[in-house]
Amino acid sequence: MFVALADPTRRQILELLATRGELPATAIYEHFPVSPQAVSQHLKVLREAHLVVMEKQAQKRLYRLNPETLSQFEAWVQHMQQLWSERFDALDQVLEREKRRELNNNASK
Amino acid sequence: MPANKTTVLAEQGKQEILITREFDAPRELVFKACTDPKLIPQWWGPRYLSTEVDQMDVRPGGQWRFINRDAEGNEYAFHGVYHEVLAPERVIDTFEFEGLPETGHVTLETMKLEELPGGRTRLTVQSVFQSVADRDGMLQGGMQEGVNDTYDRLAELLKKM
Repeated sequence: MFVALADPTRRQILELLATRGELPATAIYEHFPVSPQAVSQHLKVLREAHLVVMEKQAQKRLYRLNPETLSQFEAWVQHMQQLWSERFDALDQVLEREKRRELNNNASK
Repeated sequence: MPANKTTVLAEQGKQEILITREFDAPRELVFKACTDPKLIPQWWGPRYLSTEVDQMDVRPGGQWRFINRDAEGNEYAFHGVYHEVLAPERVIDTFEFEGLPETGHVTLETMKLEELPGGRTRLTVQSVFQSVADRDGMLQGGMQEGVNDTYDRLAELLKKM
């Protein structure tokens, strides 16, 4: 799995699938300057590492992230962590602005 | 100045989440930022969504409703009722995400603000769900955004192995 994640193109494929959900192989190819064959090789590595799953639908091969890779619970806690961290980092900025505003208000009194 | 660390505690099998964060600001100011409708849009939503305060009547029995919007105009709304508003130390309210397949999945949120030395404040939010399944399922709708982060974490985890 480490080898699978060590490659920047493979990490980009994972990010792409993370933001887009499910994508046919052809759509994934379009996102990379390298040949479809090269991308196809990367997809194979990701599949073998169980990081992505592939489903054949008629002529299409659909790829998506494998939700089993991290337990859902763990992923969920991490999601919460990210959500609240972002929210509170933004709140920090609001508080800094408000602190400055109060100082200015006091100075002008 | 590095950001303070946000702690999210969600024990497996329990139906609550505990969130803790310290702020470099006095308690009155943190309380104001959490209860002023003009300030909420500046921090409440995730970075990639805008937040509109539709209703925010900060008093016992008063209603609140916030709407998050993405760039495509999709809306995610949340609402609830304030149960207790005790400035500047505590707010208790209900919370419901309107995007769930059925209504009635409500959480009880208790936000506490503690004064710390040096004009700092510790904020804790306890969110109690109606069931463990509710707690662990609530985020499924929003899981996608978390996946990027999940993979970053996974990469970190793997480096340590």
